[in-house]
Amino acid sequence: MKGLAMTRFPMKRLMLALGLTLSAAALAPAPVMAGATDTDEERAVRWTEIKTSIFGDRKAEASERAVTIDAPARALDAALVPIGLTLADKDSVKGLYFVIDDNPSPYAAHFTFGPAADPGEIKLRVRVNNYTNVHAVVETKDGRLLESAKFVKASGGCSAPMGMSDEEAMKGMGEMRMKFVGEPQAGKPIEATLMIRHPNFSGMQMNQITRDYTPARYIERVDVTSGDTLVFHLDGDISIASNPVINFAMRPDIQGPIKVVVSDNQGGRWEHSFPLPSASN
Amino acid sequence: MIPSLTRRAALLGGLCLCCLPRPGFAADALSMDEVAPGVFIRRGPDAEATPENADGIANIGFIIGRDGVLVTESGGSLADGQWLRREIARRTDKPIRYVMLTHVHPDHVFGAAAFRGDNPTFVGHAALRGALDARGEFYRQRLAEILGGDKAGEVVYPTMDVKDGAEIDLGDRILRLTAHGSAHTTCDLSMFDTGSGLLFPADLLFVGRVPSLDGSLLGWFKEIERLKAMGAADAVPGHGPTRVAFAPAMADLARYLSALRDETRKAVAAGVPIETAVRTVAQGEKDRWALFDTYNGRNVTQAYQELEWE
Repeated sequence: MKGLAMTRFPMKRLMLALGLTLSAAALAPAPVMAGATDTDEERAVRWTEIKTSIFGDRKAEASERAVTIDAPARALDAALVPIGLTLADKDSVKGLYFVIDDNPSPYAAHFTFGPAADPGEIKLRVRVNNYTNVHAVVETKDGRLLESAKFVKASGGCSAPMGMSDEEAMKGMGEMRMKFVGEPQAGKPIEATLMIRHPNFSGMQMNQITRDYTPARYIERVDVTSGDTLVFHLDGDISIASNPVINFAMRPDIQGPIKVVVSDNQGGRWEHSFPLPSASN
Repeated sequence: MIPSLTRRAALLGGLCLCCLPRPGFAADALSMDEVAPGVFIRRGPDAEATPENADGIANIGFIIGRDGVLVTESGGSLADGQWLRREIARRTDKPIRYVMLTHVHPDHVFGAAAFRGDNPTFVGHAALRGALDARGEFYRQRLAEILGGDKAGEVVYPTMDVKDGAEIDLGDRILRLTAHGSAHTTCDLSMFDTGSGLLFPADLLFVGRVPSLDGSLLGWFKEIERLKAMGAADAVPGHGPTRVAFAPAMADLARYLSALRDETRKAVAAGVPIETAVRTVAQGEKDRWALFDTYNGRNVTQAYQELEWE
């Protein structure tokens, strides 16, 4: 299958880089942004184009039930928009796609779940560059595609300068944490939060003096395994917020330690192992 | 601590003032307060940037010294800076020697272009240059969208970098500058005026208007201690009344920041997700600050990202 980077729209990316807004300081939200005024029809056409680029001629069925998207109607911080994805028939799920239609690189994330996963819910944090539909598509083990959508108002999340300096943003790159939720209980999925230090530069943040864009440097792959068994594999892209945080769950009967391997598009590779919390009984 | 009712009434009063419709450029309707002999400050309204206020929302002003004028804050746009320059000319013909660029935010630096012709020393934190590299043009474009390109101004870089501390001598008074660690932003510069005894903490002190966090929450607490150690009785905050008693005003700010820190920490420890925390953290402060709903959720987002790695 095509890599995520192949689905970029370079022309659009350039155009959107000019649609700037500011959320850091004292300026009010822009009254009208490119994309804010698109008709439903225009949005539908765009989604069809994106789907074709990702899935070819495979058809996706609308199903609000198969995957529920939890996202703020209006983002407080366009550079960090929390997204929750709840999957109804988790045992039938093979993969999960998340797309931000009007982002310069719409294809944000693709999770492939392994036997050690309990894919009932995934959370991640993304950048949103525009007023946009976001789409989640579930791929079932029998090859069906089930999609649902939500509209999010935000602007400037990809092009907004993320910090005061690139140097600062690079500090501790590759550091990881894993937090487990609550005490382990027999028969209950093990909920975990994976945190990765990485700027995930979008390639759209410009240095005014050199007129250079900070080169895109983003996490391309994350593999989480329990022993030899896959929990999930993630293909990521520039729409994932800096210092990615991913919430997921694992089957109750898995063995520790949990190994995480992260690699980015500039050859960075980091690996950490985390012991499972010991059962209380 | 000021009782909340009194505080609330005061806030509402402030809001009403700035909500009054004002034709043309709002700053003309505002006046300079002479907060100490030779020290003139305009109160910025507790509002966001609009075409009507020309982003003149910060407390800006100047000090007339024996040998010249020091501009304490330049203004939020070229138009705001030009207004300030006219106010200076009405009061003195001494040369404008220094313009302080207290940090990277647009409401504090975009007036600087109005003073270029005076060829002053533009004074900034050593980290301001890099911050302007990263954000200046972005801010300028955004400001131009709101105000129009002719009113927005341009990015002006400091010609004097302050790394730790520095002194400026205006003949009759010394101004002691301090470059702070990451707090409100990563390039906060404060100033103590030995002439008036006033402290100018810039946006390290918000009064009435909810603070915005764009540097480091834990760092801000450290810098509050440094400001306290300077021993000033009164201060000119970056936002709020033009002159306040320093200790109670800083105590109010510290109380908000403490609520933000403690409740965010609690949320992180309890596994409360960020999307919930933005709605629940520091809500007890809601009625005490103007623009609370505009900034608190964002502040929580910033705080959460900082504290989840503790």
